[in-house]
Amino acid sequence: MTDATANAPARSLFTEDARTKKRNRAEARFRAYGLAAVIVGLLALVMLLVSILSNGMSAFRQTFLTIPVELTEARLDPQGNRDPAEMAAVTTFGYLPVLAQSYIDHVESLGIEHDLSPQAMAAMISGEAPAQLRSLVLEDPSLVGQTVTLRVLVSGRIDGFFKGRVTMASAERDANVTPEQLQLAQALAEVGVIETRFNWSFVTAPDASGQRPEAAGLGVAILGSFYMMLVVLVLSLPIGVAASIYLEEFAPKNRLTDLIEVNISNLAAVPSIVFGILGLAIFINFAGLPQSAPIVGGLVLTLMTLPTIIIATRASLRAVPPSIREAALGVGASKMQAVFHHVLPLAAPGILTGTIIGLAQALGETAPLLLIGMVAFVRDYPAAPPEGLFDPASALPVQVYQWTQRSDPAFVERASGAIIVLLVFLIVMNAIAVLLRRRFERRW
Amino acid sequence: MNDMRMTERGVDSKNIKMKARKVQVFYGTNHAIKDVDVDIEDKTVTAFIGPSGCGKSTFLRCLNRMNDTIDICRVEGEITLDGEDIYDRKVDPVQLRAKVGMVFQKPNPFPKSIYDNVAYGPRIHGLARGKAELDEIVEKSLRRAAIWNEVKDRLDAPGTGLSGGQQQRLCIARAIATGPEVLLMDEPCSALDPIATAQVEELIDELRERFSVVIVTHSMQQAARVSQKTAFFHLGNLVEYGETSKIFTNPDDPRTESYITGRIG
Repeated sequence: MTDATANAPARSLFTEDARTKKRNRAEARFRAYGLAAVIVGLLALVMLLVSILSNGMSAFRQTFLTIPVELTEARLDPQGNRDPAEMAAVTTFGYLPVLAQSYIDHVESLGIEHDLSPQAMAAMISGEAPAQLRSLVLEDPSLVGQTVTLRVLVSGRIDGFFKGRVTMASAERDANVTPEQLQLAQALAEVGVIETRFNWSFVTAPDASGQRPEAAGLGVAILGSFYMMLVVLVLSLPIGVAASIYLEEFAPKNRLTDLIEVNISNLAAVPSIVFGILGLAIFINFAGLPQSAPIVGGLVLTLMTLPTIIIATRASLRAVPPSIREAALGVGASKMQAVFHHVLPLAAPGILTGTIIGLAQALGETAPLLLIGMVAFVRDYPAAPPEGLFDPASALPVQVYQWTQRSDPAFVERASGAIIVLLVFLIVMNAIAVLLRRRFERRW
Repeated sequence: MNDMRMTERGVDSKNIKMKARKVQVFYGTNHAIKDVDVDIEDKTVTAFIGPSGCGKSTFLRCLNRMNDTIDICRVEGEITLDGEDIYDRKVDPVQLRAKVGMVFQKPNPFPKSIYDNVAYGPRIHGLARGKAELDEIVEKSLRRAAIWNEVKDRLDAPGTGLSGGQQQRLCIARAIATGPEVLLMDEPCSALDPIATAQVEELIDELRERFSVVIVTHSMQQAARVSQKTAFFHLGNLVEYGETSKIFTNPDDPRTESYITGRIG
């Protein structure tokens, strides 16, 4: 060996030998692969965001018609006594002619020429509008006999025309809208009677039927998701943290705890639909909890979130250096005092991050909710908790799923809009997780 | 070994504080400590020396039952504190550890303020009846640990922000704040520079007035400097135990001699 090294020709540091060249090439290749992988990932993300944002941003804007409506007593309050109970006998079908007549009169007074039939005129107004007018009148019966200026939704097709989804050419082939209606809408938009503006009710209103996509909103779904998250948080955080602390700090290390540990890890990998079946069998069929209720959704999602929280909590408990435990035990703290005074505060940022990530996962989960009836069409807001937890509600991801199932093309933008809302919630939750970690992270 | 400064301080009292008889420690199937008999005298510094892995730290941790936290560890034999068996069923290790404090190899202050570090022990043991009393305990402990002057203006600063030597003295202050009778030190200077080591050694000598101190050390010079009694461990056996001056000048066992002259270890 010594001979060989001694006899080797002296090499300059300025020339690369073959081995070094090969090594450097391998490193350069590896870097290129890595960079390519990152770029592919980023492109996928950009594509996703561009597609969702371009499809969904228009859901936050809606086209409205502003007209003076004459609330004729003869139609709306035939008895003439302004008694809401009796006025309630007039259904939305009774309000439609009032609204349509006011609209026709207003167009005429503006002097806009058209050759549409009254029925075709009325069809330009959303089916939601008479209901809106009816609840307005029932709330304040004194309005009857007066003329009020009302902003109502136009039909989905007219709205699509202003968003570029419906064109004159497509209207020719469409049974729901005619080019003449579009021309009138165009003329009304020019005088400012029809305008497209920001639409809060997309976030606050309940879902609407497949015939009136223009009125469909996310209110019930957001509330349902919020209730479920509440249930998940209240149940999974204490149970998960208690289980982790016990397993990590107190449980003896034996076959049983090993088995439990393996099964918790396995549980995290169980397909979510399995939890849905479980929820259906146990919470609904056996325990008799109501279908479509956030309490059941929350319980099912709790089962799903628990493994995530337990794994994250155990990891952050394990990351606390043993010297801290020894220090506490060394001054005579009991095991529980050592854990609660010293270990848990140090592990808290990790626990919170794990919890929020678990909640974010649960928020986006769809499959188990389909099985427990959260896929139902729900128009009534659930009551305030705790009773509201047992009322039927929808959930954000399920609402997306439902809207993608509907035939009216106007639901495309609404589904994408719902995804945007869902993503905003997820981003906010993750940002909170990052902030909490930064805020409470302590070095030792 | 010529520069070794022998401790000529005599042992004041012959009171036995802790007594170990036929102590065996097993880690699973590994017999880590075999038949150890030691008497720890009151108000004395006792040093445990020996090569790495000889069981001196393990034995030290038996004295305040810190080994209880290790599942596979099993202790047999008898260890008494003031004549009471510390491994008796009726003994709560929490009460024992308030009497037998411990300082660890690596300074391990809690990531809390300096004040809270020292006040923690008295708080959980209910030693102070009010804020004023607690302040007094904290100040007294920090003074005894010879760190008061360095930290008195920043008691609210985090303990982890101190230098290594200061952290170790803070840990000593924390250990003596609960009013222990015995102080166990597991290589307290191994992570410290020579100046901090000298400060801690000086401190140990002062602490001897109030407590009995048991120190594990790898440095024979340190053992010679600070201790009155020395125990030499080798391969889980207590080879020799006696006056420090005797161990270092005229050991009975050839293994002890080999170790202190650097032939084994």
